Amino acid sequence: MYKIRKAEKLADKIYLMDVEAPRVAKHCEPGQFVIVKLDEKGERIPLTICDYDRKEGTITIVFQTVGASTEKFAALKEGDSFQDFTGPLGRPSELVNEDIESLKQKKILFVGGGVGSAPVYPQVKWLKEHGVDADVIIGAKTKDMLILEDEMKAVSGNYYPCTDDGTYGHAGMVTSMVEELVNGGQKYDLCVAIGPVIMMKFVCLLTKKLGIPTVVSMNPIMVDGTGMCGACRLHVGDEIKFACVDGPEFDGHLVNFDEAMKRQQMYKTQEGRALLKLQEGDTHHGGCGNCGGDE
Amino acid sequence: MADMFKRVPVREQEAKVRATNFDEVCYGYNKEEAMEEASRCLNCKNAKCIQGCPVSINIPGFISRIKDGDIEGAYQVIGESSALPAICGRVCPQESQCECKCVRGIKGEPVSIGKLERFVADYALEHDIKPLKAEKMNGHKVAVIGSGPSGLTCAGDLAKLGYEVTVFEALHELGGVLVYGIPEFRLPKEKVVKKEIEKVKELGVKFETNVVIGKSTTIDQLMEEEGFEAVFIGSGAGLPMFMGIPGETANGVFSANEYLTRSNLMKAFDDSYDTPIAAGKKVAVVGGGNVAMDAARTALRLGAEVHVVYRRSEAELPARVEEVHHAKEEGVIFNLLTNPKEILVDENGWVKGMRVIKMELGEPDASGRRRPIEIPGSEYEIEVDTVIMSLGTSPNPLIASTTEGLETNRRKCIVAEEENGQTSKACVFAGGDAVTGAATVILAMGAGKAGAKGIHELLSQK
Repeated sequence: MYKIRKAEKLADKIYLMDVEAPRVAKHCEPGQFVIVKLDEKGERIPLTICDYDRKEGTITIVFQTVGASTEKFAALKEGDSFQDFTGPLGRPSELVNEDIESLKQKKILFVGGGVGSAPVYPQVKWLKEHGVDADVIIGAKTKDMLILEDEMKAVSGNYYPCTDDGTYGHAGMVTSMVEELVNGGQKYDLCVAIGPVIMMKFVCLLTKKLGIPTVVSMNPIMVDGTGMCGACRLHVGDEIKFACVDGPEFDGHLVNFDEAMKRQQMYKTQEGRALLKLQEGDTHHGGCGNCGGDE
Repeated sequence: MADMFKRVPVREQEAKVRATNFDEVCYGYNKEEAMEEASRCLNCKNAKCIQGCPVSINIPGFISRIKDGDIEGAYQVIGESSALPAICGRVCPQESQCECKCVRGIKGEPVSIGKLERFVADYALEHDIKPLKAEKMNGHKVAVIGSGPSGLTCAGDLAKLGYEVTVFEALHELGGVLVYGIPEFRLPKEKVVKKEIEKVKELGVKFETNVVIGKSTTIDQLMEEEGFEAVFIGSGAGLPMFMGIPGETANGVFSANEYLTRSNLMKAFDDSYDTPIAAGKKVAVVGGGNVAMDAARTALRLGAEVHVVYRRSEAELPARVEEVHHAKEEGVIFNLLTNPKEILVDENGWVKGMRVIKMELGEPDASGRRRPIEIPGSEYEIEVDTVIMSLGTSPNPLIASTTEGLETNRRKCIVAEEENGQTSKACVFAGGDAVTGAATVILAMGAGKAGAKGIHELLSQK
C-alpha cells in the first residue's frame, strides 16, 4: 500500500497528492510517470510525476477528474492509500542528460495547458536548480483554473499566464502568447509543450512555422506502462512507438496528433457509463438512452 | 476395472454453455477417477515419462501413491521436482512431453499424467497440505526478477534449500503470464494461481510487487546496495510484435497481450471492475499459437463472432491440439492459408475490415515448416470491427540495457548457460522466455530449476 501524505484541491476538478513511494522517489527524473491503481477492482491510470522528495520518499501527483477512476481518487484523504503505485516509468526528459553548459546557452520555452502545467513544473525546477532560466507559458480556461502559480513563478525565468476568458494574464490561447513573444523579438532554441493533445497539436503547427524545435509529452491510453501491450502506440514520423517505453516525450513535429486524438476516444462510451454508475450509485437504473442500466 | 487401452475420460463443461462464461472448461478427475486412471500405470523401472518431463518429476512414484489412495504422499513426491503442479497439470503440452513417452501409448492411450498431477495438486490446495520447508536458513540472500513460472520455480527451489529469497514483480499481481496471459477458463486465478503462489510464500519467499527492474531500481543496485549475493532474471518475453501493415494503429486493433491483460489481469469481462474492453462484434485474431487461441476464445466469451486468421494450414498451427479442438467446439471459425495485407479504417479511426490474401505452402523453411507464399491476385476483403494481433513476443530490453555487462543475442534474448542459467555477468543467472524467447510454462520452470541449481553451486562454496 502507498500512503497519501498530503491531499489538496488546487482548483475545480484538479487535485494534488503527495504519495509515499520510496523506490520511485529514489530513482525518478523529470519527464517520467507512474501508474496508479486505487484498489482491487481499480484500473491502472498513468499520471506524470509533478515533483519528488528523495529524502522523504514521496512523489507528488496532480490529476484532473475526468472519469470514474479519477473521481474515486479525488475522494481520497490524507492517510488513505493507493493499492498500487508503480514507477518511475518512461524515459526522463532529454534535458536531464544534456550537457549543462550547452543548456545554459539555450533559450527554452515551456508551454503548459490545464493540468499539463503539473508535468512542466519538475522540468523547469530541474533547470533552475542547474542554473538555467526557462520561460514558461501556462494556459487555463479561467483564472481559478490556474494551478501551481507560486511554485512555477519561483522556478521560471519569465512566467506568462494566459486565460481563455481574459480574467487573468494574457487574454487568449497559449499559441497567441507564443506568437506575441516571438513577434516581440524573443528567440527560442527549444519549446516543450505539455497539455491536452489538441493544444500540443496547435503549438506544434505554430512552432514548425516559426522554426522552433518542439518536444511534446504524449498521454495516450495505457494499461501496463512497461511496454508489454502496445495500447499506447502512436505514429512518430513513419515509425510506430510505444509512448510508455519510447516516450512519453517525442519530437512534436513528427507526432501524428489526429490519430492520437482518435485513439483517446476508444473507450469514450464505456468511460461515460462507468462515471454515470459512480455518480448515480443505487439510483442508477438506466434509461439514459446510452448506458442500458447495469444489466 | 479400467480399460487398459483407454483413458478414464475427464469431465468437461459443455461447449455451448462454456462459450458464454469464463468458468474452467475442464473439471478434472475426482479421487475415484484418479485412482482408476492411476491403475493403468505400469510403474516402469526405466520410466520414459520422466525423461519427457522438463523438470523430471518422479511420475511412477507419485502415481503409485495415488493408486494406494495416499494423495498427500503423491503431492510431496511431485513437490521434490515442481513448485507449481496445479498449473503445469493444466497448461503443459503433455502430448509432446511426458505423455508422448508413456509405454501405454504404444498400443492404446497414454496414462493421463497431466490430469493426475492436476488432481493431486488441486487436492493439496483444497485440503491445505503444506509443502515441506527448509529446516534452517543458510544466511544467503538471492533476488529473483519476475514472478512468472521460471521465477516462482527458482524462488521455490532456493527457499527449500534455505536461501532468503525476494521476488520482484513489475505488475501489481504475481504470476506473470499465469495471471495476465492464460485465461480464467483454462487456469482459474483465485482458485488455482493465487493459492499455488501462497504455497511458495509458505516456503518463506518474500514478494515485492510494482517494482520495475531497470526503472524502480537496477540489478547492480540490488547487489551493491541491498545485499543480494545472486540474482535470477526470469523477466519473460512480454513485448508484442505487430505486422507493420497499414491501419495497425486504428481503434479496435489490439495486441493479444493488451486484449488478454485487460480481460485476465484487469478482469474487464467482469462489470464490477473498472477497466474497459472493446469486445467487438466480429473479431479477427491473427496468428495460430496458444496465445491466439486464448484471445479468440476470450473474444468469443465476450460475445463476438471470432475468426482465426493464419497464414499456414491446420497441420502447422503451433497451438496445442487440445486448445484448437476446444476453440472449434466453441464455435471459433478458422480462416487458414490467409494473411492480412491491410487493416481498413473508417472515417472515425475505427477498424471496418481487413484486406487479406490467400496463401499456399512452398518448401520447408529453417524452422522445418513449409513456407507460406502469397497467391498473386487472390486478395479480398473481410468485414471485421476488431483485430487482435497474436504474432508472438520478444524479451523486454529494459533489464539488459540497464545491467552493466549482461550479454544479449540478436533476438534481444539474454545469453545464459542451459544447465545452470549462468549469464555473462558474475552472480547473475537467467532463464525462461527471457533467454529462449516465447516458449512454454514448463520449459520456463525447468530453466528456473537450473538457475536455482546454478545459484546453489555458486553460493554454497562461499
